Amino acid sequence: MLQGIKRAIGCALFAIGLGVSPAQALDADAVSGLASEDFATRMAAIDAIAASSDAAALELLQLLQNGEVYLTEDGQVILEFDEIVDAVTLEPLDPEPDFYDSVIVNNRMRSKLSTAIAALSLLSDDREVRYDSARALEDAEDPQLLPVLAKALSTESDPEIRALLVHTRAVLQLKSDDPDARLQAAEALGESNQRRVRELLAAMLQTDASGAFVEPVEEVREAAEKSVKSIDRRLLLIDHAARLFSGLSLGSILLLVALGLAITYGLLGVINLAHGEMLMIGAYATYVTQTIFRQHFPEAIDWYVVAAIPVAFVVAAAVGMVLERTVIRWLYGRPLETLLATWGISLFLIQLVRQIFGAQNVEVSNPSWMSGGVEFMNIVLPYNRIYIIGFSFFVLALMWLMLSRTRLGLFIRSVTQNRAMAACVGVPTSRVDLMAFGLGSGIAGLAGVALSQIGNVGPELGQSYIIDSFMVVVLGGVGQLAGTVYAALGLGVFSKFIEPHIGAVLTKILVLALIIAVIQKKPQGLFALKGRAAA
Amino acid sequence: MSMDARYTPQIEPFFSRNGWIALALLSLLAFVVVPSLFVFVPDTSAFHISAYTVTLVGKIICYCIVAVAMNLIWGYTGILSLGHGLFFALGGYAFGMYLMRQIGRDGQYQSDLPDFMVFLDWKEYPWQWFGTDHIVWALLLVVLVPGLLALVFGFFAFRSRIKGVYFSIITQAMTFAFMLLFFRNETGFGGNNGFTDFKRILGFPITEPPMRAALFALSAAALIGAVLLSRHLIRSKTGRILTAIRDSETRLMFSGYNPVQYKLFVWTLSAVMCGIAGALYVPQVGIINPGEMSPANSIEIAVWVAVGGRATILGPLLGASVVNGAKSFFTQSFPEYWLFFLGLLFILVTLFMPRGIVGLVNQLRGSHK
Repeated sequence: MLQGIKRAIGCALFAIGLGVSPAQALDADAVSGLASEDFATRMAAIDAIAASSDAAALELLQLLQNGEVYLTEDGQVILEFDEIVDAVTLEPLDPEPDFYDSVIVNNRMRSKLSTAIAALSLLSDDREVRYDSARALEDAEDPQLLPVLAKALSTESDPEIRALLVHTRAVLQLKSDDPDARLQAAEALGESNQRRVRELLAAMLQTDASGAFVEPVEEVREAAEKSVKSIDRRLLLIDHAARLFSGLSLGSILLLVALGLAITYGLLGVINLAHGEMLMIGAYATYVTQTIFRQHFPEAIDWYVVAAIPVAFVVAAAVGMVLERTVIRWLYGRPLETLLATWGISLFLIQLVRQIFGAQNVEVSNPSWMSGGVEFMNIVLPYNRIYIIGFSFFVLALMWLMLSRTRLGLFIRSVTQNRAMAACVGVPTSRVDLMAFGLGSGIAGLAGVALSQIGNVGPELGQSYIIDSFMVVVLGGVGQLAGTVYAALGLGVFSKFIEPHIGAVLTKILVLALIIAVIQKKPQGLFALKGRAAA
Repeated sequence: MSMDARYTPQIEPFFSRNGWIALALLSLLAFVVVPSLFVFVPDTSAFHISAYTVTLVGKIICYCIVAVAMNLIWGYTGILSLGHGLFFALGGYAFGMYLMRQIGRDGQYQSDLPDFMVFLDWKEYPWQWFGTDHIVWALLLVVLVPGLLALVFGFFAFRSRIKGVYFSIITQAMTFAFMLLFFRNETGFGGNNGFTDFKRILGFPITEPPMRAALFALSAAALIGAVLLSRHLIRSKTGRILTAIRDSETRLMFSGYNPVQYKLFVWTLSAVMCGIAGALYVPQVGIINPGEMSPANSIEIAVWVAVGGRATILGPLLGASVVNGAKSFFTQSFPEYWLFFLGLLFILVTLFMPRGIVGLVNQLRGSHK
């Protein structure tokens, strides 16, 4: 059975091979080298076959890699398709041998094979195949590749692939015996953005045990040193870009979480310790949406996240409004008690979710258009993070429009500024409280959708972000969106820039200390409303 | 907003006559009856008190001390701390260091260092452990570490007039940050396992009944001390100012007082009381780990006081006992419902029993005392 499948595959490969070029291009001596008992001869045979750089060679090496090149007892190299054929002539053997065995491929041969196969694939007609093999060769260290690279470069027209190949060639040329080639390579590699290349160049500047430089020619050393510096600068830049990105990513999540918090705190003077559980509810709403899509609309599964956005908003907002009506509104004017009551709500909700969905994390998967990432220099920016950054600014824009352009927004702003006065002129403050609380919770639900795409979804989901987002509110002050935005992004970026130096835990402590220091000067937060409105 | 006048004592007696009698009876119970029933009465007797009960009650007594401390800062001064669990745990860790030293070479690796340090391949004690083999220094640390932390933190917080929910949230962040810090192995306090496997205090084995009884009696003494101290404080002029801070800080300031120093004093005192409670708690329970610093623990302390009744003498004691009694009942019999119960307790007490059990009883009696 298995043998049958192998045959079928072999046949197909063989046919492709035949179609591209005549099989007799293979050198019989090289192929018979594979039959040798001697390891070095077998290695040399692979080199020799690869050097012929045509499609038949590629095919033979691939078969070898799969263990489908065989040896007869008298040392003939054969392949097995529908019938048993000689590896060079492809003539069927007559009579068929009774006994044959795979050519032994050990680990070193295997790695040589994969390099050789990648090198041969560089000549493929398919751009994707060439690109993949150029990528695969990036870390190659075998100088024997040089001729193949030269050949590939002579025909390659795609700029991206060319750049990769030039880079690989330069790395290999660093080991060349020719000082001019080394010099050129050292200069060219200044354009590299790889740590590995930097180490290679730096190694040339070292002295060996006898005190002589590894690189004897001074000119080459100078070029290498210059390139090391230029790579260092680039690496630092990339590093900063990466941190900036992860800082923005963290900041945008904090922003999503803190937006709702800031509204309810600004309006009601109430810190809602159950806010984190609204995130959790949003994330579980996403999970339920995903389950429903899997069962009923499997063809549209990729779009479940989009459907989850309104679902999470509505569910979280509804829960929030129920809480406002049943618990929180009875505690207005007693903010400290509200803190305790909302904590109680949070415990209750966590346990409730545990009972319904189990204490384990549930599985929420990225839709296909959110997995993977875009490559920038040599870092990968995951799509899900990019989408979340975009999403949080989208939510921010909606919030801003809502607060500045709608009647409800006007009411919310007026009650935030002066509750008694707003009530006097006929603003239904109690309804506004309800709507605002629902809005804040709904936004937390949206944040839950975002969090479900980057982390685990479990009953304790809300707890992990909530303290940080309180810090955002404390730092940013309330009453203005701008404060929350600056504080969230600032804290996110700041944390990510500090983290590599002192670790995540000390960063948290430092952030706390800084916030306390900031409130020494600005007790109401960085962006508090001025004047009487702040009271 | 403002509390009724009945909560600020006029020139009240220190305790009522019944109060003094209750105190005397409780002291008798704590110092004589329980220890002797536990140590001298054989297990077979119906009057014997099991080690489990003594430990449980001893633990609750430590919680009561914390509740009294919390009542000082929240009940009387109106500052809700969500970080008192930190001070409690710091006191526990300070004394825990001494207990770890007392293990000597009886650990699993028979080393002079605690097992977790051997495990981390450390060769000597880090600086934080300096002097902790002396019980006097360890006891000083129990007071100094929470006290100094509270002093510094409070100085910056009160000076910039952080109050209300802001203050609560910041204290919560503080305990959260410390929890993360103590979870790290490099901090030098055993990482997430913390300290455990204690063997002896001053050379006496820690699990033997006499030592347990002594710890129990010490905890009771500390609790009585804490109650008397807070009662004395509240009756004093300082106490009046503290309640004035709670009821109207602005007005107090316009009357020419600087509330910062009063707040700082009561906040630090309260932290030290928690530290002492932690130090008594650890040898009885036999373990301390960073979980004690989790924000949830600190909030629970607040609810003990809320359940019992804020700004009352008995309230914190009742609250800590009732909630913790319920906790050990639930976690044994219906572990999955404990969080439901606790959550509902938070909600219902704040909604329907703002004055706690004591307030409810007073209401039922129709008295104003």
